[in-house]
Amino acid sequence: MNTYANEARRRMKNKVILSIITVLALLPAVPLFLILFQLFKEGLSSLSLDFFLHLPAPPGEPGGGIANAIVGTFIIVGLAVLIGVPLSIMAGIYLSEYGRDCKLAEVIRVSADVLQGVPSIVIGIVAYAWIVKPLGHFSALSGSVALALMMIPVVVRTTEEVLRLVPNILREASLALGVPYWRTVLKVVLPTGLVGVTTGILIAIARIAGETAPLLFTAFGNQFMALNPMEPMNALPLVIFNYATSPYADWWRQAWGASLVLIIMVLSLNIVSRILARRIAGEK
Amino acid sequence: MKIQHAIFRTEDLCAYYGDFMAIKHVTVSIPEHEVTAVMGPSGCGKTTFIRCLNRLHELTPGAKITGRVFLREEDILQLDPILVRRRVGMVFQRPNPFPTMTIYENVLAGFKLLGIRLKKKEADRIVEEALRKAALWDEVKDVLHRRGTFLSGGQQQRLCIARALAVNPEVLLMDEPTSALDPKATLQIENLIVELKRTVSIVIVTHNMPQAGRISDYTAFFYLGELIEFGPTAEVFTNPKDPRTEEYLTGKFS
Repeated sequence: MNTYANEARRRMKNKVILSIITVLALLPAVPLFLILFQLFKEGLSSLSLDFFLHLPAPPGEPGGGIANAIVGTFIIVGLAVLIGVPLSIMAGIYLSEYGRDCKLAEVIRVSADVLQGVPSIVIGIVAYAWIVKPLGHFSALSGSVALALMMIPVVVRTTEEVLRLVPNILREASLALGVPYWRTVLKVVLPTGLVGVTTGILIAIARIAGETAPLLFTAFGNQFMALNPMEPMNALPLVIFNYATSPYADWWRQAWGASLVLIIMVLSLNIVSRILARRIAGEK
Repeated sequence: MKIQHAIFRTEDLCAYYGDFMAIKHVTVSIPEHEVTAVMGPSGCGKTTFIRCLNRLHELTPGAKITGRVFLREEDILQLDPILVRRRVGMVFQRPNPFPTMTIYENVLAGFKLLGIRLKKKEADRIVEEALRKAALWDEVKDVLHRRGTFLSGGQQQRLCIARALAVNPEVLLMDEPTSALDPKATLQIENLIVELKRTVSIVIVTHNMPQAGRISDYTAFFYLGELIEFGPTAEVFTNPKDPRTEEYLTGKFS
């Protein structure tokens, strides 16, 4: 009789604790949903075909779109990828395949970690000093360099980690066939880790696509459509920053719309990289 | 022990990992067109020994080889290791087909990874020949363009044998090729080894005494990095000269 009562109490306790833990576990996800909710609530009404296809209207006039900022984000981020990814992959290969235990590799690793910790505004200032100042004008390219600097440490370290996971017996299988080491790295190790490296690149892109500070005094922003990377160029984070701090209600609305577009882009990148990462896990 | 036609001949071969001497002054001739089993307790240097024969040993950080290793008449320690490895094939303990390649591509890996282009007809011929030699053709001829990693463990190991044979090596080194396989797959590989020795010399590391008895013509017995006995397998097994060989064969240590 007594034991039965005890058992019921124990089950009850179990249920209570479990529900508390579940609620606590869900808590970190709440901000994300609040953000999404807010963005959809405020931004959804701005999304229209015109918003995607038109250039910004002159200050104070309603209407207009953010076509130049969307195109600009693709160009600036694309250039950053072109600059940052090859360097990072080569460094990652060096760290994993050639410099596992040497001093130089340790120096590179620590530098990458420190670079990752440099505040983005500082990186923006450095890109300003390196490129904007000598050239005498703002340019998309300088923004891309700033973003590439932010992306390099992430891609270097993920490339290194992913390549280290490639089983050594595959390297030996290739070497035992008389294949030189550099060919083994390019044709066996890198392809085997390719999905992982791609995932790392996508995560890095998702991270830099929304960066504002590095673009403020590099890409600067532009009311018109700019395709030349040597010119100032608009980008989604810049639109959000400039519109949100403007005195016009219609621009505030558009800033919400641009935020929604940006977060959808970043979220999709994250989801694609998740799917890829799951594919790697599935292969093992 | 005189060997008429030696595929490998080592003279005072020593192999090190840093300061640790894993192979101690080994002088031996390994006969051509025979199966030579390399036996001995764990950690006695069997694997290190065969990894000296294709110079894979020196890829381990801190590893070093001294002495001489002749492949036929050439001292391979004086040759470019890459050229040595093209003449000496190797099959590893765990099947290791390249996961990004199909079965077809895996067999041709020795050409593809080196950037050697083959005509389609030539490539088809090499693939079929190698897979037939590895007794795998009938099982995979309809799925040549699927990934090699879909095969069973035993099939994967035979695929690795086909990959090694495709480049026509003079000798095949096998490092416990059946230790990760079930009895049936093991038997298939053993039959294959006996079949293969007509065309290629084989040096096989094995932990499995009955296996060495079934498939090998010669046996080298290692103990703590030293070669303590070498001779025809029948002789070594029935009438070992060294007491340590006898103790190992009778199961006093392993």
